[in-house]
Amino acid sequence: MVHELYQETILDHSKRPRNCHAMADADRKAEGFNPLCGDKLKLYVKMDGDIVRDASFEGSGCAISTASASLMTESLKGKTRTEALALLEKFHDLLTTDATVSDGLGKLVVFCGVRDYPARVKCATLAWHTLKSALNGADQVASTE
Amino acid sequence: MSTLTSDILTSFDVEKLREDFPVLKQQIHGKPLVYLDSAATAQKPYAVIEAIRHFHEVDCANIHRGVHELSQRSTAAYEQTRTRARQFLNAASDAEIVFVRGTTEGINLVASSWGHRHLKAGDEIVISALEHHSNIVPWQMLCEARDARLRVIPMNDRGELILEEYEKLLNARTGLVAVAHISNALGTVNPVAEMIAMAHRAGALALIDGAQAAPHLRVDVRALDADFYAFSGHKVLGPTGIGILYGKQALLENMPPYQGGGDMIRTVTFEKTTYADLPYKFEAGTPNIAGGIGLGAALEYIDRIGIERIAAWEHELLRYGTEQLERIPGLRIIGTAREKAAVISFVIEGIHPHDIGTVLDLDGIAVRTGHHCAQPVMDRFHVPATTRASLAFYNTLAEIDKLVAGIHKVKEVFA
Repeated sequence: MVHELYQETILDHSKRPRNCHAMADADRKAEGFNPLCGDKLKLYVKMDGDIVRDASFEGSGCAISTASASLMTESLKGKTRTEALALLEKFHDLLTTDATVSDGLGKLVVFCGVRDYPARVKCATLAWHTLKSALNGADQVASTE
Repeated sequence: MSTLTSDILTSFDVEKLREDFPVLKQQIHGKPLVYLDSAATAQKPYAVIEAIRHFHEVDCANIHRGVHELSQRSTAAYEQTRTRARQFLNAASDAEIVFVRGTTEGINLVASSWGHRHLKAGDEIVISALEHHSNIVPWQMLCEARDARLRVIPMNDRGELILEEYEKLLNARTGLVAVAHISNALGTVNPVAEMIAMAHRAGALALIDGAQAAPHLRVDVRALDADFYAFSGHKVLGPTGIGILYGKQALLENMPPYQGGGDMIRTVTFEKTTYADLPYKFEAGTPNIAGGIGLGAALEYIDRIGIERIAAWEHELLRYGTEQLERIPGLRIIGTAREKAAVISFVIEGIHPHDIGTVLDLDGIAVRTGHHCAQPVMDRFHVPATTRASLAFYNTLAEIDKLVAGIHKVKEVFA
């Protein structure tokens, strides 16, 4: 039962998060905050016109939120701003609805188990909330609340 | 261990008491529920559930109003709880027992009513570093409104308040000291009798947040000489939405009403309203009647077991739990005060409390994870959050063994 939620990929990315560093030449930066658990996250995005060239993050959180940030930064590279925001919507649907909309989510489907743990949905979406404010250029802290 | 304590432990039949708590008989994710979150809310015995049910099925009416039979029954049952709460706290008079929604409302009532009448610009309120948000924010709001200053008693690395520093904070400007009897996040039992005496020597009043203490130790407001003492019904086996604020009669008489409405008045005209006597002056509107009656049943249930017997068993749970958890490599207990209640907060190197909580939940073990509404406490210990096992007299040593096994499993998953 534990491994339906904490799938191997999630454990791997939480223990060895990818793209987990600051980015000096980032074009967009945003901070995310989950007041329920105190988790904080900084997201860095480097754009090339309308395309996400690079993305990285810093911060400490639970296994779900760390793995989510790690996998998100991997999946963003090469996507247009519109594609990235569409992916966010799909990811959100994966976590909050019964719909089986795994098309185009790639590795992100490993988070499907989170759907059964409503208290943990915000852990998985923190990075994505932060992405939204980074891409929208909002100069504010994204909150899960 | 004293002979008395060891006699209590031998005769304490926890399995029989557990029969009184229907919620404990269920399975969670296919495993028997191990409920270790009583500091958040305590489970309810049949006696409480039945008392509330009886009110709704048989005695339901508004109180203090009708002359009809049902209203008289409900008024009598509700007022009986006031008397029982007075005895529970060893207060001098029923007039000193005010029904509130819970500890939070009790504190807000004092901050608002006493504070706005008596606190002047430049005065000071003293709280401590281990307070729950409910004993921080109302005082911050009051200080902001009155241009007063909030001072904070620091604590040491064990989670004990430093009384020498407290002494230095007290002065002629100190209006009131507000401290928790027991810390919800650390389990520290504060030396409140001594702290109240120190406040009084400085000419200040003292309010004690008894949310965590009332369920676990004998509270005697007169022996403590507390000016105000607040606790919540739902943490003493009663329902949510009801609690008690004790205040010394002379102080309550000199405070304006908290809210206006029915029941708190003597006469009303459009020109002038005169207020009811204590304690009704502070009880506007139809109260939580069912909750009050349920709280009465809860206090009666606790009296029947005996709070000293409860305290002795919980102390044994704390001793055993601390000993077992300390053996787990990488686990650090946050809050190691010499005087402690049955709360064990801990962190595990490299594993986030939310992941610990979720994996334990899959084994049926309910613990609290997060900042426990005490963010300054987390900051003091440089952790964003902890996992907290809080124990009550219906917990068993075998449940602590399950917690330990669960933590080992957590460590395997995230190794």
